[in-house]
Amino acid sequence: MKLKGWKEVNPGAVITEAGSALKFKTGSWRAFRPKWIEENCIQCLFCWIYCPDMAIKVKDGKRAEFDYDYCKGCGICALECPGKKGNKAIVMEEEGK
Amino acid sequence: MGKVVAVTGNEAVAEALRQVNPDVCAAYPITPQTDMMQRFAVFANNGKVKTEMILVESEHSAMSACVGASAAGGRVVTATSSQGLALMWEILFIASGSRLPIVMPVVNRALSAPLNIHGDHSDAMGARDCGWIQLWSENAQEAYDNAIQAFRIAEHMDIRLPVMVCLDGFIISHSIERIEYLDDELVKNFVGEYKQLNPLLDVEHPVSYGPLILPDYYMEFRRAQAEVMTKVADVVLDVAKDFEKISGRKYGLFETYRLDDAEIGLVILNSAAGTSKDVIDEFRSKGIKAGILKPRLYRPFPYKEIGEVLKHLKAVCVLDRADAFGASYGPLFMDIASSIYPYKDKPILINKIYGLGGRDYLPEHAELVLNELVEIAKTGKVKTFKEYIGVRE
Ligand code: SF4
Ligand code: SF4
Repeated sequence: MKLKGWKEVNPGAVITEAGSALKFKTGSWRAFRPKWIEENCIQCLFCWIYCPDMAIKVKDGKRAEFDYDYCKGCGICALECPGKKGNKAIVMEEEGK
Repeated sequence: MGKVVAVTGNEAVAEALRQVNPDVCAAYPITPQTDMMQRFAVFANNGKVKTEMILVESEHSAMSACVGASAAGGRVVTATSSQGLALMWEILFIASGSRLPIVMPVVNRALSAPLNIHGDHSDAMGARDCGWIQLWSENAQEAYDNAIQAFRIAEHMDIRLPVMVCLDGFIISHSIERIEYLDDELVKNFVGEYKQLNPLLDVEHPVSYGPLILPDYYMEFRRAQAEVMTKVADVVLDVAKDFEKISGRKYGLFETYRLDDAEIGLVILNSAAGTSKDVIDEFRSKGIKAGILKPRLYRPFPYKEIGEVLKHLKAVCVLDRADAFGASYGPLFMDIASSIYPYKDKPILINKIYGLGGRDYLPEHAELVLNELVEIAKTGKVKTFKEYIGVRE
């Protein structure tokens, strides 16, 4: 994508396009990657509530995969996940390993 | 001609704001501005304006509320002084960077410490590079006239930047002067209807203000903002022309007084310029060619235009009512020095710091300085380039 020059930017940095944050993929900031272990998941959706972004998807009322384009690897979901009988359904792994 | 009245500077500016009738005013009281916003709050309370008054708990909040209201689509005003302006500092940049045409009278006052409530220019000088336009006013009439013109300048489609209208604390804000008010209708038509560029409250066209701009775009936005500054002087002159039509009063980027054929000159802002003009007349009657330059548009500083009118002088003293600690000279001096810098033949410049914290600036001080300039013009020799005047040893 060609970047705009200074004569083309909007006055006052006002963004006039709705929902443009979707284009701003922040997943590359991540150092740790959450991994979902489906067999330990009790579908409580705590992870969905606690994720400060919208990186956990829900489909038909059930927890679906992570949206890694926006997950920053903060680890909140892994911390909050109760899992099944003490076994976490989300664990953090080092990115790229 | 409008109504002739005897009022204080604060009263005159409050009256200008009543006539403009802005949509929102968020303000916090601070001496010597308090009385201005208090009068305006009374107008709001008595239904003389339709303005929504937001009474906040600090100037930081006042400016924040102004930013929100202006982005939402309103014509917005506030006023401040001294520590209040200092407390707004962070948000001043947000207002200008977001291109929000907020108008703010600044009743100039010294900064702490030591605590001092009286007039000097340290407050506005501290905020001179925050991207706001600054208009300065010699007396209550100019403060009233500048306040009205400020809306037209700020809201001009080429500009959309916030404007400060500076007037001296107590000397102007609290002294009673003869003022000519314009008729309400004239002011109303002069400022016209206001329409924000991208109002947040336009639900048909949703927009976001204040986004994160990373290194890939930040410089482009700053460059664009710098470009807007280059358009301000023309707009200020156009607005002044229209204002002359309704008031008969002429304004430029600066005022020159007996400067055209002068050999020595003073550069001085606001109320002290009035005192100096009398002394210039005395020197002229003795056959000494002295004159004055009084900046009106201080930001953006009209370097080229000022350089042109000063370059032929032999010696010039820039009088600063604020110091710049750790810098070599006062803030006004540095701008004047920059404006004559490109010329090969230029006046010798000296700098005097005067009148801090409300210390009187007396005709004797102007005399002292002018006599020194006569010597410098004659001999080309300078004793001290910068010193405090009117201070005890
Ligand atoms: S918090 Fe853990 S257990 Fe609950 S839905 Fe999310 S992954 Fe499953
Ligand atoms: S690691 Fe953080 S950002 Fe990523 S899914 Fe979990 S809570 Fe959301």
